[in-house]
Amino acid sequence: MSPHAALRDGSRAVFKHVENSLDASFGPADNPLRHLGAMGLYFLWILSATGLYLYIVIDTSIEGVYSSIGHLSNEQWYFGGILRSLHRYATDAFIIVTFLHILREWAYDRYSGFRLFSWMTGIPLVWLLYMSAIGGYWIVWDRLAQFSALATAELFDWLAIATEPAARNFLVPEAVSDRFFTFLVYIHIGFPLFLILGAWAHVNRISGVDHMPAKRLAWGSFLALLVLALALPAHSDAQADLMQVPLDTRIDWLALFVNPLMYETSAGTVWALVFGFTLLLIALPLLPRGRPAPVAKVDAPNCNGCRRCYMDCPYAAVTMAPHPDKPKHQIAVVDADNCAACGICVGACPSSTPFRSGEELVTGIDMPQQPINALRRELEQRLAALTGRTRIVVFGCASGAAVDRLAGPDTAALTLICSGMLPPSFVEYALRGGADGVLVTGCREGGCPFRFGDQWTAARLARSREPHLRVQVPASRLREFRADPTDAAALAAALAEFRTDLETATGDDNRLVPYHRRTVHHVH
Amino acid sequence: MSIKPAAIAGQVVLYGAFAAFIGFFATNPRYQHIPPDHSLVKLSLAHFGDRECRKRTPEELQKLPPNMRAPLECPRERSALSIEMDIDGKSVYKGIIQPTGLSKDGISTVYRRFELPAGEHQLAVRMSDNVREPGFKYVKEDKVTLKPAQVLVIDFNPDKGGLFFQ
Ligand code: HEM
Ligand code: SF4
Ligand code: SF4
Repeated sequence: MSPHAALRDGSRAVFKHVENSLDASFGPADNPLRHLGAMGLYFLWILSATGLYLYIVIDTSIEGVYSSIGHLSNEQWYFGGILRSLHRYATDAFIIVTFLHILREWAYDRYSGFRLFSWMTGIPLVWLLYMSAIGGYWIVWDRLAQFSALATAELFDWLAIATEPAARNFLVPEAVSDRFFTFLVYIHIGFPLFLILGAWAHVNRISGVDHMPAKRLAWGSFLALLVLALALPAHSDAQADLMQVPLDTRIDWLALFVNPLMYETSAGTVWALVFGFTLLLIALPLLPRGRPAPVAKVDAPNCNGCRRCYMDCPYAAVTMAPHPDKPKHQIAVVDADNCAACGICVGACPSSTPFRSGEELVTGIDMPQQPINALRRELEQRLAALTGRTRIVVFGCASGAAVDRLAGPDTAALTLICSGMLPPSFVEYALRGGADGVLVTGCREGGCPFRFGDQWTAARLARSREPHLRVQVPASRLREFRADPTDAAALAAALAEFRTDLETATGDDNRLVPYHRRTVHHVH
Repeated sequence: MSIKPAAIAGQVVLYGAFAAFIGFFATNPRYQHIPPDHSLVKLSLAHFGDRECRKRTPEELQKLPPNMRAPLECPRERSALSIEMDIDGKSVYKGIIQPTGLSKDGISTVYRRFELPAGEHQLAVRMSDNVREPGFKYVKEDKVTLKPAQVLVIDFNPDKGGLFFQ
């Protein structure tokens, strides 16, 4: 394993551990680490709303800007002051969740292949975020603004793009004009607008975007910022005076760290870091990696155009087109560049039912690396081999806790690419083929690497999403248990408990009518 | 779904830690840009260097179309600036500043910062805008008293008599 892969996988283990422990307090739906992108967008909305108010009330002349912002904090602390503080702190919160978001996507190895688009479109957002944040601090035109404006100008002068040093604009008070402030305000509106546009592009290739944190998470983080705004309201420093060096500056280290960093090191070092980080992000997906898994394949005769795969695909990789052979019908078409090879579409397809009579089960949309026909055959063989009093079939997924270790004389274990690949009819098929119970397991809530596998499976088994589990299947014979790879012991315990429940509580009267395909015993 | 008191406590602690982290790093630790008893001198000039113009001879002028008979022939290229600066008799800067622009016809600029302890200093700046001529056309020398945190700017403006301190 390369050092990079080792570092990445180590970071993933840390992330998983922290995420799982946060689940205890927040629950997966409100766990901030599981919704970092949505948190970022949420802070962006808070920034837009508070910023709009600030824009309306401040005076953008060089004389007026400082006092009009000061007025908000001093005379109107109960409203304008709070909004100003929220604007400042939401920026910092945005920066924190953005870096965590990058780190997490990297740790989970989510930056190449079908995710390349999301990854690459994310990179300019960091630049836009920083340019917006740094520019915002200048508008106040206090000592901090003066320090940051001059430092940033000197930083850009090092690149020597402009003919005249930008720092000369902040040389003496006469050099700074009203026009500069109007310009600044437009910059500080322009960059955020590009940021919003960029964020829209960033999530353009995925469907069902997690664009807003759940209610509790949204309120929790808003209240945290509000309490902070009340406890430590944002205040301006003394008014800018270009003939005085700002000493002892109160710096926002999250937003403005490049400014002091330049004086402590050099402009060259700062640029090396900034461009180095950007290039690193660009280069990561280009590192050599194994061949990508084969993408989903549609079989025209078995596709009736029902659109279920289209609705369930987490990466908008399925589109619908006119069917070549069936007039007035549609057919699913897979965009190979977008396909994550997750198999969720296979679980969605009505043609995936194992109760079909053909010797060879061919479904509408299938995964070449684990075709549904092979899955049925494997299930039939394992069922036939089961012995013991209480026979259980476990369906697991490659990203969750490993299930093969649970296999034994009375337990069959099958691993799918993603639990979302399981057609609910397979549960009924297992029960009618000789199993006493079926245990379905997969990643913890919100932990699916393919975004929706766990959700769709849970909904299909709960009969709230198509294709649903038929009502004949008794609830007592189906158990669902979420388990990450680190939860192997808990999964084993859940299996034991299920077995006990089946043996003690479940009578024989709710057994389904057995069903055996005629060919089943001739399988070799 | 109701949540357990322990979970609520956990959430409060974590949200609190998030807010405290932001609250701290939004203003702390304070940054000392320069030591408190120091001041800053900035040498910052922007000036077009001289052009090496040549008087055209009457014969040359005769050959030109009437509307182009300018008495001087000036190349686009400008001279670099030569600048020197001493603080308390010690040379701190010596430079030849090339004109900007592809055809070297743009402005020449320099921007340098010097941190000095506050107090009295002897500053001397010399500039020539034509490196072919010997010596310095513009010279400014003065004793200055710098207060802590003061910024002193050395600039050039022909309308203000050349080099000046501000
Ligand atoms: C700065 C603001 C950013 C915002 C507001 C943002 C927001 C989001 C959102 C809302 C999602 C969708 C999450 C989901 O529905 O599962 C997402 C996904 C993603 N983001 Fe960002 N993002 C930002 C920056 C970045 C950056 C800088 C990178 C990396 C360089 C990045 C990499 C990704 C990747 C790879 C995904 C896809 C996840 C997947 O396919 O499973 N993002 N982002
Ligand atoms: S395998 Fe996954 S990503 Fe590919 S088409 Fe099917 S559902 Fe979409
Ligand atoms: S779910 Fe199956 S039948 Fe429906 S459109 Fe997709 S491939 Fe075709």
